[in-house]
Amino acid sequence: MIKAVFVNLVRFVVLVFLQVFLLKNITLYNLSTPYLYILFILLLPFETPNVLLFVLAFILGITIDAFYDTPGLHAAACVLLAFVRILFISITVQKDGFDNEPEPTLSIMGLRWFFTYALVLTLFHHFFLFNLEAFNISELQYMIGRVIMSALFTVFLMLMSGLLFFRRKERK
Amino acid sequence: MRNLLIFITKYNAFFLFVIFEVFSLVIYIKYNSFQKATFINSSNKVTGDLYTRVSGLYEYLKLREVNDHLARQNAELRNQLKSSFYVDTLKKHKITDTIYKQQYEYIVAKVINNSVNRSNNYITIDRGSKEGIAKGMGVISDQGVVGKVIYVSDHFAIIQSLLHKDSQFSAMLAKNKEIGYIEWNDHLDPHMAVLKDVSNNAQPKLGELVVTSGYSLFPAGIPIGKISSLQTKSGGFLLNMDVKLSVDFSDLQYVYVVNNKFAKEQAALEAQKKE
Repeated sequence: MIKAVFVNLVRFVVLVFLQVFLLKNITLYNLSTPYLYILFILLLPFETPNVLLFVLAFILGITIDAFYDTPGLHAAACVLLAFVRILFISITVQKDGFDNEPEPTLSIMGLRWFFTYALVLTLFHHFFLFNLEAFNISELQYMIGRVIMSALFTVFLMLMSGLLFFRRKERK
Repeated sequence: MRNLLIFITKYNAFFLFVIFEVFSLVIYIKYNSFQKATFINSSNKVTGDLYTRVSGLYEYLKLREVNDHLARQNAELRNQLKSSFYVDTLKKHKITDTIYKQQYEYIVAKVINNSVNRSNNYITIDRGSKEGIAKGMGVISDQGVVGKVIYVSDHFAIIQSLLHKDSQFSAMLAKNKEIGYIEWNDHLDPHMAVLKDVSNNAQPKLGELVVTSGYSLFPAGIPIGKISSLQTKSGGFLLNMDVKLSVDFSDLQYVYVVNNKFAKEQAALEAQKKE
């Protein structure tokens, strides 16, 4: 329990720093901006209570907002992400499997499940984020291009970090 | 009542979602325009300090370019010195000149946070109200117009960059002084902007210089960019054209905040007229 809290705290700090000081400066062809920080919400343990999940999502979002000068924008997107996460997990994972599988990481859940999970959640988050930021339907085609390219970049980084911290013995 | 409680606990995820989502959207809508002061931005103590430290690391990588810029500007300024002109009269008068009064004052500041890839871009600088910066002042760099100050704390200030969908500055063609206004275009390209509402008889040419008009926050004649293409579609009285910006926003290091000393007087007078 204490170990899980510690690991998630470190993950929070590292992801926020990485997002704010490195990834914030990266854009490919005015189209693709990665938002890797949402990996924190994706990797919270299965047994996190819903209240705690929403509170953490909100805190993460407002922290990123403080650095991006957009109060409320990332918080709103993160809360939506937390909701989609609850729905996705309740549909795809059996409840009695929780004892052996504490966290939805790549090394525990396998590539196929993790890839779908990351892609669906990232698409929801990015679509909501970009549309709320622009608040404008006139450039829909360009907007959808931005959402898809950014989501691909983000998921790519997520898989990379998943492979980087891959632990073989956990996989049964 | 009991059934209601059971219903709520069963679908608690949805109700929690609604509560938190409404809360964040209220924050977003209420504070996004910076009209009201809020502590959730990059000019507060924690984020401001962190940005200052990290930009201290980055600036070592750019020392060479900054040096080049400074040397070039020094040479330009040296050309304007009195001592670099040859004086061909022997008689010298000493006159205390009362005609000139300084109207514009420049405060140099370092950029500690910057973005170019979002639809609303802001820049944070390391000077604030203690150094005399106030809301509404214009900001330029040695290459041209950068934006305007929208939020000030004691030691930091936030600039709404020209790359912002609400940014609009009065501009004119350098040659024939035809007035228009400059705006960022819709494609989020950090090198391009649009010059709008120029009168039809201006006859602009490709590559012509666009400068500030002196009607807004900046002194007249500060460069903005060069005309890169003429949008021929509009057949009305007013022309629009694409402008390639002279400032490289992705590589801003030092900026100057322009303090127009007569701005208050002008604003007061113009407000009076409207009544």
